[in-house]
Amino acid sequence: MLAIPCTSCGPRSVEEFRWGGAFPHVPDHVVGDEARNLDYVWFLDNDAGPIAERWFHEAGCRRWSTVRRDTRTDTVEPDMVEPDTVASDSP
Amino acid sequence: MNEFVETLLQLQWPSEMKRHYDVVIIGGGGHGLSTAYYLATRHGITNVAVIERDYIGSGNTGRNTTIIRSNYGVPESVRFYDHSLRLYETLEAETGCWIMHATKGIIWLAHTESGMRAERARCLLNQAMGVDTQLIDGAEAKRICPQLDVSGGGRYPVLGGSYHVPGASARHDRVVWALAQGAMRLGVDVHQHTTVTGFDMAGNKVVGVQTNRGSISAGHVVLAVGGNVSEVAKHAKLRLPIRTHPLQAFVTNGYAKGLQTIVSSTELLFYVSQTARGQLLMGAEYEAQTSYSQQSTWRSFQSVAAKCQYLLPFVHNLKILRQWTGRCDVSLDFTPIIGPTGIDNLAISTGWGTWGFKAIPAGGQQLAEYLATGTVPEMIKPFAIDRFQRDHVLADQGSTGTK
Repeated sequence: MLAIPCTSCGPRSVEEFRWGGAFPHVPDHVVGDEARNLDYVWFLDNDAGPIAERWFHEAGCRRWSTVRRDTRTDTVEPDMVEPDTVASDSP
Repeated sequence: MNEFVETLLQLQWPSEMKRHYDVVIIGGGGHGLSTAYYLATRHGITNVAVIERDYIGSGNTGRNTTIIRSNYGVPESVRFYDHSLRLYETLEAETGCWIMHATKGIIWLAHTESGMRAERARCLLNQAMGVDTQLIDGAEAKRICPQLDVSGGGRYPVLGGSYHVPGASARHDRVVWALAQGAMRLGVDVHQHTTVTGFDMAGNKVVGVQTNRGSISAGHVVLAVGGNVSEVAKHAKLRLPIRTHPLQAFVTNGYAKGLQTIVSSTELLFYVSQTARGQLLMGAEYEAQTSYSQQSTWRSFQSVAAKCQYLLPFVHNLKILRQWTGRCDVSLDFTPIIGPTGIDNLAISTGWGTWGFKAIPAGGQQLAEYLATGTVPEMIKPFAIDRFQRDHVLADQGSTGTK
């Protein structure tokens, strides 16, 4: 079972969360405003490896957490959790 | 000798890898092999290599729930998938291989008024395009599938749905072997256990492929990778509107043959069919988060089993015999991406998400035509990757059978 470390509730089952997606990232090799805008909206890193992503504790405290997860193994390292600095009503 | 073994014995594996191929196809699944098959049989292009990291059909082609249908919700997709469905019907005669193709019909159940509206719209669009999808009520659904509990166990009452008459299924491994055999007979090299580690680029042009067995120079390169396409595309700095989600499926132990139709509910996100050996093959929605881990989850078993028992109570004593997880490259508008990539000599066939098996013959045929003629065929023009730039996405999540 995948356990998501919520910043206020600790590790809880993934079923309690809504996935907010990985942080958008536009790589440097994409050049030009239009190309970078298009990339920001539609194109994704979709990394196989460690990613930083947002999880919303929908069936719990209803706050967002930032989590680092390795998508190859689904392991979440607790010491890799970043402090939640974003207001709870924004994704 | 049974027919399974007979097919396997006729695959002619290449002894060594040539230094140059006119076309190098990355991915030995259905779409890659189908492209090779149509290149060889229709266009006489046989100096082709198919590069597969594991064994052929070991990825999503060997993991899907083998349903062939064309009851889509946007005209471009209805036309494309219906063409594929017709090609499947003649694939046995064409390849000489028994792919266990069986036309069974599919019912898509609706449990709410809004679900019925969606199915009504689907039926009207399909009929306008010559695809036999009929709006049915609960009684008609019960007549088509007598095992169905139209009260939905009291929780998910069946108001009706759509009945897609030409819906079919085929044996996935045998589709792979049939296409591989057809291509290999004409001289296509299929290299298994070969991993692509990079591309040789000359400016904005791909001129070769690096593998763990050395590099190959290539006229054209085709990305037909399933479940890992973003990672392979990164070698060419190609950006894709793709997320990779895990999708689980399982089969129960065998049961007397009798579930003749394929039963699905897009509102419950659940589908079941009975395989040729009597097992019930079930699947549901993919996991919400992206992942490459291929782990199974108890939650998925539990929810699929519960949904099935509400609709088909006879399954309540069956056991889950075997389960597996595939990785679905889901495009952001739930419609495939086929054709040129914007990088010269690099073509792509991806974004097949949870709906790629049914498109194997048409996807390969159309992509082969593009590679051979240099012109994108009319049928796959709407599926070009530049649709995101042109703001012409083909959003059709409701027709994927999953979420």
